[in-house]
Amino acid sequence: MYPTKYHKAASIDDAVKALGAGEEAMILGGGQTLIATMKQHLAAPSDLVDVRSIEGMVGVSLDGDMLVIGGATTHAEVASSKEVQKHTPALARLAGGIGDPAVRHAGTIGGSVANNDPAADYPAALLALGATVVTNQREIGADDFFDGLFTTALDEGEIITAVKFPKVEAAAYAKFAQPASLFALVGVFVAKTADGVRVTVTGAGDEGVFRSEALEVALTADWSEASAKGADVSADGLMSDIHGAAAYRANLIKVMAARAVLAS
Amino acid sequence: MANGATGIGARVKRKEDKRFITGKGKYTDDVRMENQAYAAFVRSPHAHANIKSIDKSAALAMEGVVDVLDGHQLTGDGIGNIICGWAVTSKDGSPMNMGAWSALATQKVRYVGDAVAVVIADTQQLARLAAEAVEVEYEELPAVVKADKSLAKGAPEIHENAPGNLIYDWEIGDEAKADAGLAAAKHITEMEITNNRLSPNPMEPRSAVATYDEAEEHYTLYTTSQNPHVARLVLSAFYNVAPEHKLRVIAPDVGGGFGAKIYIYPEEITCLWASMKTNRSVKWTADRSEAFITDAHGRDHISTAKMGFDENGKITGFKVDTIANLGAYMSLFSSSVPTYLYATLLSGQYDIQNLHANVRAVYTNTVPVDAYRGAGRPEACYLIERMMETAARELGMKPAELRAKNFIREFPHETPVIMTYDSGDFDANLAQAEEAADVAGFPARKAEAAKRGKLRGLGYSCYIEACGIAPSAAVGGLGAGVGLWESAEVRVNPVGTIEILTGSHSHGQGHETTFAQIVAERFDLPIDNVSIVHGDTDKVQFGMGTYGSRSGAVGMSAIVKAMDKVEAKVRKIAAHQLEASEDDIVIEGGEVKVAGTDKALGWHEIGLAAYTAHNLPPEMEPGLKESAFYDPSNFTFPAGTYICEVEVDPETGRTEVVQFTASDDFGTIINPMIVEGQVHGGLAQGIGQAMMEQVIYDDDGQLITGSYMDYTMPRAADLPFYSVHHASTTCPGNPLGMKGCGEAGAIGSPPAVINAITDAIGNNNLSMPATPQNVWNALQAVTASQAAE
Repeated sequence: MYPTKYHKAASIDDAVKALGAGEEAMILGGGQTLIATMKQHLAAPSDLVDVRSIEGMVGVSLDGDMLVIGGATTHAEVASSKEVQKHTPALARLAGGIGDPAVRHAGTIGGSVANNDPAADYPAALLALGATVVTNQREIGADDFFDGLFTTALDEGEIITAVKFPKVEAAAYAKFAQPASLFALVGVFVAKTADGVRVTVTGAGDEGVFRSEALEVALTADWSEASAKGADVSADGLMSDIHGAAAYRANLIKVMAARAVLAS
Repeated sequence: MANGATGIGARVKRKEDKRFITGKGKYTDDVRMENQAYAAFVRSPHAHANIKSIDKSAALAMEGVVDVLDGHQLTGDGIGNIICGWAVTSKDGSPMNMGAWSALATQKVRYVGDAVAVVIADTQQLARLAAEAVEVEYEELPAVVKADKSLAKGAPEIHENAPGNLIYDWEIGDEAKADAGLAAAKHITEMEITNNRLSPNPMEPRSAVATYDEAEEHYTLYTTSQNPHVARLVLSAFYNVAPEHKLRVIAPDVGGGFGAKIYIYPEEITCLWASMKTNRSVKWTADRSEAFITDAHGRDHISTAKMGFDENGKITGFKVDTIANLGAYMSLFSSSVPTYLYATLLSGQYDIQNLHANVRAVYTNTVPVDAYRGAGRPEACYLIERMMETAARELGMKPAELRAKNFIREFPHETPVIMTYDSGDFDANLAQAEEAADVAGFPARKAEAAKRGKLRGLGYSCYIEACGIAPSAAVGGLGAGVGLWESAEVRVNPVGTIEILTGSHSHGQGHETTFAQIVAERFDLPIDNVSIVHGDTDKVQFGMGTYGSRSGAVGMSAIVKAMDKVEAKVRKIAAHQLEASEDDIVIEGGEVKVAGTDKALGWHEIGLAAYTAHNLPPEMEPGLKESAFYDPSNFTFPAGTYICEVEVDPETGRTEVVQFTASDDFGTIINPMIVEGQVHGGLAQGIGQAMMEQVIYDDDGQLITGSYMDYTMPRAADLPFYSVHHASTTCPGNPLGMKGCGEAGAIGSPPAVINAITDAIGNNNLSMPATPQNVWNALQAVTASQAAE
């Protein structure tokens, strides 16, 4: 690891100041990607601004029908939260299936969403559920938030303080884990929302998380396992790597969608 | 002399585990020397390139950097090239083509990770930063990574003295007879079989701490070695680092080896030399990324095989052609792995009269390949056992029936590939495994799984392997550069406690427990009165180390020989002091007694008598300490049957091992719990190879699977609860009747797993690792061929 300066931010203002002052300062959420990348000398932030101790950044609450999860809430906290389990059980199960126990007790929702790893689980949930990302500057709808591989709508100095989830009629997530990393080789989130059926796919897209039009059409017409399996999911635009060629991923998208529908 | 609680056959809890599980183990990286500096290596980012220049100035200018050393300085100081210690001769009589390997490359780099220079600095972090500041200018050359492509015309040539990248073209057996046997066959099974390349991944990465004492002109090396004496010998005799009597090598607690810690690598050589150059203690510890690109890999064979059968299913002939990838340089025992440790086992458990194997070993621009748990024997077992299962399916016979038809049943049995099997009862292992696995109930389980949408399959593997790796004269005749005996010293202290000094080395095997058990058994003493000393060339006179499942059959046999001498002297002392005949002396319950009388001496009194020497028989030397060297008369031959049962999810290709049954013949078992643990670990590695693990390079020689994000290691949740059984025959070749158990699990299991999966999916064309994607692809091929029909 290259030398770096660690700041434990006490408030949002404090964090913003530290981010502005550092030459190449970065926000430390859970560090589950960043720290590993730094160890490999692939990232070299001058400053690390730890936002986990900022008041109000951790925890789950309800705002009317809206589930509000603090930006620095760990996956384990989301998975075990009674509120989450009651409001959107699929989200609790998704969080409980991220990585392994060590990852789940350190990684945070804000960190995961801001990193927008193309194989991360949370982006699929946010996009399918029509969630809203709350930052220290504004609110961004999930549709406008994810912007390709490791890219989001976040500006410099912008900190995710919470993620808000509306209540939906039905939702489920099914993941096929990449055997080595346990990231999603293909993860499919299905939801019946106020805006209709939304089906999102993570782990498979060349440009990160995406909505599958084919599956949304099929499941809007018929919310069933058979309908998902029969959907015309194309391999175009899907990733190919040692763990899965595009054709295999296209198959998994249908299978995982079907399993998600079954679980919904 | 029975010692039920702690003697032979007792499930004694491991004595060493207290320090291991409480974090009190002392590993090489725990060693802290005064005036210690750290080494970081400048490594090639290219798979194949000429070194144009090395600019050290920026690194040298950094505060805290002690020195930056390169290969020209190293060779200039007379440090010798790294050698392969086993000379394999091509079938045309020519010697193998061994390319030069300098610990720090001077002209050319040949794989990603090849060391070019080393930075010595005050801290590890600084050393690594400075290593990045060393500017090396390369002229890139085309690279080749696959064994078959390396032999192709026009492939880039990796070593000047290895035309066409061929190291040797070797054969064993009688080709004319094998051809005739195949010509006479009623049915021929033909397969192309690859054995996937693996990374060894011991939990503890390699490490070295080297210290030069200027006043004494003496070197001390702490290192992660499975064989510290061999390391000292090679470092001294071949690499000219220091004369043997001026070099102490200590391998303290070592966290797993699996073969990767047998060899003497560039890093240990460089640390020793650098400690002299800088007059500092020099420490280096690999991180996991460095382990992936420097620890010797394993396996990596491409073979074609033909096996002929007569109308009764008897094997008429067997012919194998193998290309073995040895990587960029020949590691210490690399040449022997695809030859004498592989092709000599191609007869399996079967009476095959007509057998021929041809092996070509080649260079590629990849990490050197050498022995990895099983070393050659897994490759042989996988090939034969996939052939047998596939042949049974083609012949419409039960896999067990075809095997049993061809079993060897008389011992000793001489195979056409120079092995003489000394013992075994293959029917017994097969029967025990079939019963434990409830093979009879399989059709019902398959039908039940089908209702859940799962494809259930059953696969066999009847393995045999060769352990101990000896006798010395025989392996010498086959080209080995060392003897493969073992030594031991039994030291009875004046108070009667016992220290066993052994040349075997424990890096997880539990020697401190099992070795103590045979002493406790022999002298009927509490096991806590016995301690085991190993891993230090200043303490133990000599030893060949631990690999090839040899510590029991060879290492313990040396202890038995030394105990024989101790017992003889004890009897003499007791007979003298108790005024009895030596023949009437019995050793029992912590005492040395005259049988049928109440005359006895406490074991501690014997010790004291030996060292006070006040009343010893005339002419007897004082003291009670004996040493012995044991050279086995033959390899040992562990064997057994493994049966694997899997369920495949046809929608995703994901496979679950739902049941794994092992019946092993390990000969005498000292500690069943430790033996079961060895089998469990071996099965985990074998299932890992069969379903998950694979080293992948891209065509430019960049390692794709360079971390656990892409290299899949088996996790506990991936593995079933094993059903482990023993049906043993005694090994006639050593005093305890032991065969060895360390590698069997890794050797026998991969074909059982693949045979089970191919049974489930109805397609024999499946290569390891059977990842979900590979299994799904094989299933698509079945669907496509059914659609075409």
